[in-house]
Amino acid sequence: MSDDNSDQLEVLTGKHYVTGNLAVAEGSLAVGCKYFGGYPITPSSEIAEHMAMRLPQVNGHFVQFEDEIASIASILGASWGGAKSMTATSGPGYSLMVENIGLGMMTETPCVIVNVQRGGPSTGLPTLVGQQDVMQTKWGSHGDFEPIAISPSTVQECFDQAITCFNLSEKYRLPVTFLLDEVIGHMSERLVIPTKDKIKIISRKKPDVPPEEYLPYKAGKDLVPPMALAGEGYNVMMTGLTHDERGYPDISAEAQEINVRRINDKIRKNKKKIIQLEEYMLDDAEIALVSFGTTARSAKGAVNRAREKGIKVGLLRLITIWPFPDERIQLLADQVKKILVPEINYGQVCKEVERTVHGKTDVKGIFKLGGAIHSPEEILKEIERGTK
Amino acid sequence: MTEENIDLIESHEHPLDGYLRNGRIPHIFCPGCSLGSIMTVIVDSILAAGFDPKKVAVVSGIGCTGRIAGYLNFDSFHTTHGRAIPFAIGLSVTDPERKVIVVSGDGDLFAIGGNHMIHSARRNADITVICVNNFNYGMTGGQAGPTSYKGQFQSTAPYGSVEEPFNLPDLAASCGAVYVARWTALDVRRMKDSVVEALLKKGFSFVEVLGSCPTTYGRRNQLAEGKMILEHFKEHTELQHGADTREVGISKDGPMIVGKFVDIEGRPTLTDHLLSLQEKGRASISKK
Repeated sequence: MSDDNSDQLEVLTGKHYVTGNLAVAEGSLAVGCKYFGGYPITPSSEIAEHMAMRLPQVNGHFVQFEDEIASIASILGASWGGAKSMTATSGPGYSLMVENIGLGMMTETPCVIVNVQRGGPSTGLPTLVGQQDVMQTKWGSHGDFEPIAISPSTVQECFDQAITCFNLSEKYRLPVTFLLDEVIGHMSERLVIPTKDKIKIISRKKPDVPPEEYLPYKAGKDLVPPMALAGEGYNVMMTGLTHDERGYPDISAEAQEINVRRINDKIRKNKKKIIQLEEYMLDDAEIALVSFGTTARSAKGAVNRAREKGIKVGLLRLITIWPFPDERIQLLADQVKKILVPEINYGQVCKEVERTVHGKTDVKGIFKLGGAIHSPEEILKEIERGTK
Repeated sequence: MTEENIDLIESHEHPLDGYLRNGRIPHIFCPGCSLGSIMTVIVDSILAAGFDPKKVAVVSGIGCTGRIAGYLNFDSFHTTHGRAIPFAIGLSVTDPERKVIVVSGDGDLFAIGGNHMIHSARRNADITVICVNNFNYGMTGGQAGPTSYKGQFQSTAPYGSVEEPFNLPDLAASCGAVYVARWTALDVRRMKDSVVEALLKKGFSFVEVLGSCPTTYGRRNQLAEGKMILEHFKEHTELQHGADTREVGISKDGPMIVGKFVDIEGRPTLTDHLLSLQEKGRASISKK
């Protein structure tokens, strides 16, 4: 078979019955991922395994590294080399990656990190579900940066939102975290892969000036600078040090102010374009559930059961976790008398909701510490308690 | 003297103009530091090897030597501490025509980055690693490191270093590097010839350069000036091409064996393997 078929092989159009992890891999290939650097870790390893098989078929490269630190460093290098690049891991591996995620934030390097969450801290529950890395994604690396994190609730979304992760990383030039959990990663559902022409692909903006006029970190109104790649004659200059528009180190408070403010503001000022939410039966709701990932499926089940009993409850599902949808939740706080936050951790999104509503309405978490998902009945019980 | 005469005797050009970044000089290196001459050798070697400058990328980690990438007017990447090598591998595999050179220090490459060093030699990644060994952590003020020899005084070894140092050429060779050499910063001519060979070698090539660090190493070890360290090199250097790398470890006042130790042909590189995997991947489809 000639190389010419590799384009078609990127998008396996049709109906499939696959796991979330596999859907993530196929979504990444469909949007043009050409490089995966990774290290095995449960419950994400199937993504690496699938990419090891699939990437060579589409003229891409899979390299298994000695650890997660090397993996993330390599995908940053591959990104500057011109490849859409990714890695996949779980909590402990993500912890090892956070320093270089910071390098990616500071140097504005597009790439995608999949974190299939398991129970922690430490080795915790390698094979069982958790949603405990929400705050690690936000605050794991040192310094100020605004991450983007997306959390899918279905296998179809694992495919669709993998594409979104790559597109956002390319558009805004940053590492994007795809925050799965073990249950979504390992469960099998129907996946419909559309034809190639239906897949929206965004690629990084390239400089439109010759090398002698190019300032690698000078951004226009959108605050995202065009990105020259290695090998194009632009003599790319990249450093994790605070830098000026030329990319030269500038160790001063003034340069820090400009540099770090912009890499944060490019996300803050585009929040509305980035954030995706699903609203379910919220119009007349007096109680709202805020949830994400696998837990949002149980929450939806609880809404259905409560509605049968005549309780006015709805669900706000966070597809985007970071940046956090403050504005929508503030509106919700004006509408409902109680917000319940089921999540598989000891209060991470819940605390963000509390911060956002500022005491305007009651906020209560429904926490599980990892290893099991909520049953709809457990959440229903809390809803019923909230009506009293 | 007229202005015209001044023009006759003063050159406004430097041989490396165009290969150093505008506005980045003067550099931050201390008086007596050898990184300036090593940087010159690296640029001279890149030019002598005849690469298209567009296809050359220099990657550094953190530390004094880690600053070199940022002065060079090639594609240059100043990464995190210890992680230059895996970054370089990602950069290298995305374009087999690209020459990726890692330039960093002994602490960066062999302490915090040691794991990447040995594994990239094992997988024969297509990169050249130039390690400037100054026997200590210079940037952070002179702490002992993985190459500090026994009895060496540093800020974290106030009673003298007690641990066995790494023998860098032996480590690189035993892990599979196809080219291994060591030179001192005094030996710029041989160093250049050797770096050119290393750059032209397919696969993982490694050159250790013993550098002078008067400020944080020399002052504590009766070698307070750059010149004294270079004189020490001169007195202790022994040229032994093909020496058994097990025998080239460095000790206090012992000989400093330099030369080309390893030069192997024919070992497939990481890029070779990845390209053959693509063939296998495509073949697996056509069978279906």
